[in-house]
Amino acid sequence: MMQDLNWAIGGEAGDGIDSTGKIFAQALSRAGRHVFTSKDFASRIRGGYTAYKIRSSTDQVESVVDRLDILVALTQRTIDENLDELHEDSVIIYDGERTEMEDVDIPGEMIGLSVPLRRLAEDAGGAIMQNTVALGAACEVAQFPIENLDSALDKKFGAKGEAIVENNKEAARLGEEYVQEEYDHDFAYDIETTDNDYVLLNGDEAIGMGALAAGCRFYSGYPITPATNVMEYLMGRIQHFGGTVVQAEDELSAINMALGAARAGARSMTATSGPGIDLMTETFGLVAQSETPLVIVDVMRSGPSTGMPTKQEQGDLNMTLYGGHGEIPRFVVAPTTVSECFQKTIEAFNFAEKYQTPVFLLADLAMAVTEQTFSPEEFDMDAVEVDRGKIVDENDIEAWTDEQGRFQPHFPTADGISPRAFPGTTGGAHMSTGLEHNSLGRRTEDTETRVEQVDKRNRKVETAEEKEDLSPREFGDSDSDTLVISWGSNEGPMREALGFLEDDDVSVRFLSVPYIFPRPDLTEDVEAADEVIVVECNETGQFANVIEHDTLTRVERINKYNGIRFKADELADEIKAKLGEEVTA
Amino acid sequence: MSSDVRFTDFKSDKQPTWCPGCGDFGTMNGMMKALAETGNDPDNTFVVAGIGCSGKIGTFMHSYAIHGVHGRALPVGTGVKLANPDLEVMVAGGDGDGYSIGAGHFIHAVRRNVDMSYVVMDNRIYGLTKGQASPTSREDFETSTTPEGPKQPPVNPLALALSAGATFIAQSFSTDARRHAEIVQKAIEHDGFGFVNVFSPCVTFNDVDTYDYFRDAIVDLADEDHDSNDYDAAKEKILDADKEYQGVIYQDEDSVPYSELHGIEGNMSEIPDGAPEDAMDLVREFY
Ligand SMILES: Cc1ncc(C[n+]2csc(CCOP(=O)(O)OP(=O)(O)O)c2C)c(N)n1
Ligand code: SF4
Repeated sequence: MMQDLNWAIGGEAGDGIDSTGKIFAQALSRAGRHVFTSKDFASRIRGGYTAYKIRSSTDQVESVVDRLDILVALTQRTIDENLDELHEDSVIIYDGERTEMEDVDIPGEMIGLSVPLRRLAEDAGGAIMQNTVALGAACEVAQFPIENLDSALDKKFGAKGEAIVENNKEAARLGEEYVQEEYDHDFAYDIETTDNDYVLLNGDEAIGMGALAAGCRFYSGYPITPATNVMEYLMGRIQHFGGTVVQAEDELSAINMALGAARAGARSMTATSGPGIDLMTETFGLVAQSETPLVIVDVMRSGPSTGMPTKQEQGDLNMTLYGGHGEIPRFVVAPTTVSECFQKTIEAFNFAEKYQTPVFLLADLAMAVTEQTFSPEEFDMDAVEVDRGKIVDENDIEAWTDEQGRFQPHFPTADGISPRAFPGTTGGAHMSTGLEHNSLGRRTEDTETRVEQVDKRNRKVETAEEKEDLSPREFGDSDSDTLVISWGSNEGPMREALGFLEDDDVSVRFLSVPYIFPRPDLTEDVEAADEVIVVECNETGQFANVIEHDTLTRVERINKYNGIRFKADELADEIKAKLGEEVTA
Repeated sequence: MSSDVRFTDFKSDKQPTWCPGCGDFGTMNGMMKALAETGNDPDNTFVVAGIGCSGKIGTFMHSYAIHGVHGRALPVGTGVKLANPDLEVMVAGGDGDGYSIGAGHFIHAVRRNVDMSYVVMDNRIYGLTKGQASPTSREDFETSTTPEGPKQPPVNPLALALSAGATFIAQSFSTDARRHAEIVQKAIEHDGFGFVNVFSPCVTFNDVDTYDYFRDAIVDLADEDHDSNDYDAAKEKILDADKEYQGVIYQDEDSVPYSELHGIEGNMSEIPDGAPEDAMDLVREFY
């Protein structure tokens, strides 16, 4: 029996695909199974193909694969779109009583289950529950105890009242029974449940949760896919902790509000995607120049311009690394998994305040919209540390004043980090500016002061390089001659690819790098390997270029930029091909 | 806040670098007077400045302050005020800063009605970039970039504010020191967004909208029978293109500021050392 189950529901946008998928994912998670979801959606609200895919196993799953076991097809197109991934044991659930699905074309070897989704839903209380009927049918096919679905339905519809919950449970039962009674077939699936407790969340939610755990009190943003969920998550929760979310009129306003709140002393954040980052760039320079702690989240999507808003890409690395006129000290931190989105967000706030710099948290669409199960301990609130850096209060302000008693918020210290006084602190009144300034924060064009202040700001980066552990995460065979490096959400598929490679006796050392700037020095690792391959979702190999620049060594690249994230099996094949090419060359 | 604060306490030890005679001197003095009069001191005051000659004000004043990027002062002020409601937030800028590059923010700041004041030094020209037409320049005003005049009507900032739902609209003249300070003081005291457009002549690049012009043209609403709570009366004054009014033109006495509507209270700079006590509930939501 197969323990790894790949399930999907697909239809038109507006068919409730997303929430139905989420209910099933939750049911699986509550049954102690690991879940990894992916979404295929178009940038429109009604019309257009949408699918929600779930890979589930008793082991942790990190990636999607090219296989679909159970497909709930609300449209013919759903079947057409997924033909490549269907196999001879695949089961397709569809509504053969609906005129548009009557003559549905199920490829020969697959099993088509025509279930009157709409009619059964009407029997249960309303056609709107047709997707729930399909979930019940899927439970029967997978031999998945339907009680698990009940608790997910409780959670989803609980707030809407008992009747709605009960009708949905009934709809699921009707779907289950229909398959039981009408199809005398022994399906290939009989999945296990466990007693484990998992939580199921996506990267955007993990970023929002990390922000709240870290004491973020102010968030301003402007809606943009795929970053909006961060704002939606915080909205309704941040108030509980004494904070607020402001929906700004645009990204220029969003980052400036966040800057203002940060100057007032709040832990402050904004999140957007590429086009919004473009608009924020001028203020990004001001944030750095005024030495304001600020977390700026870029949930990357496919560019340039409005590109493919609902598709994966890691194309903004150069922009976060080099964006802005002039030279700007900054942090660029790129979480590599959903749970790292939580941890790195907390770290981002600490970096921002310890070093008084802007911090880019560079996430990507694949990770942001992917729901994944984790044990709750991965989000350990007791482990959260809050480091606010060099805050001075009215008692120690004198130590930082000049002969005239004026506070020096940009005092050129040895580590580059100056004292910070929150507004309201007696004796700390000072001005911050984007203009070059002296230690008081006042404009200057004095050549020596200019150099002193530029050096001071850059010294913070050196200090961070010394003090912070920026090491990459390591997987695979540490003695292998083949080194694969990736950043961002490629870690998941790459880790699974290691398993596939091992099965074929290919040994690989894998480094997943969350710190883009400042970053670890990988020269020794690169020099120790015969073959270095950098994996990333962009065309030009932005991170590969950085590594070549740092290590003065040419590296191989695996780049994907068709809008779809890497899959584990595909990645394993590409790595084998790269190694094979080298052998024959 | 100490009652013995004098307006000179808000002066920095840096001498203003404005051209001698610039209207901005008077505008700034009035702002400092108003701040002192309303019981504020430099340590609880946050001045946000835009970019332009007008924007230099943060340098010449002594308080917590930020001198940001062109046109974005209002969002910065919004962030400061919401994060720490105990601060007195005053935003200052020019007509280009506020009604051109920052026009979008102006409308939305007005709508948002955050409890802060916004003082615009309207000299009807771009000063810092040396004399180009601004959004409030007259249709036929010849400048380096408009040799035959802009040939488009000037923006009426008061009308913009009114149409966006302003709860406080005033206008003053920088050189009429007592009135100007009094009007800014009313803006500070207003529960919400207190907007003051100040005629603040540029003696270097604008030879049309001069002190003499304003002195002759200004009609002080204190001398008229104007009820600032009367929306229709205010609208009439604001849309009267032939007159330059001074005074509080419109005030909604029932104004409820943003933070009150949104339940924002505390000083957000105070946070726990670790995750909040009930943070684990955030995780449990995802079961
Ligand atoms: C993004 C950006 N564009 C242009 C400028 C150049 N700039 C500086 S001040 C200014 C105009 C200021 O005019 P106004 O707001 O009327 O202020 P004034 O100098 O007249 O007081 C311009 C265009 C800039 N600093 N930033
Ligand atoms: S150029 Fe005009 S606005 Fe600027 S300081 Fe001189 S007089 Fe004032």
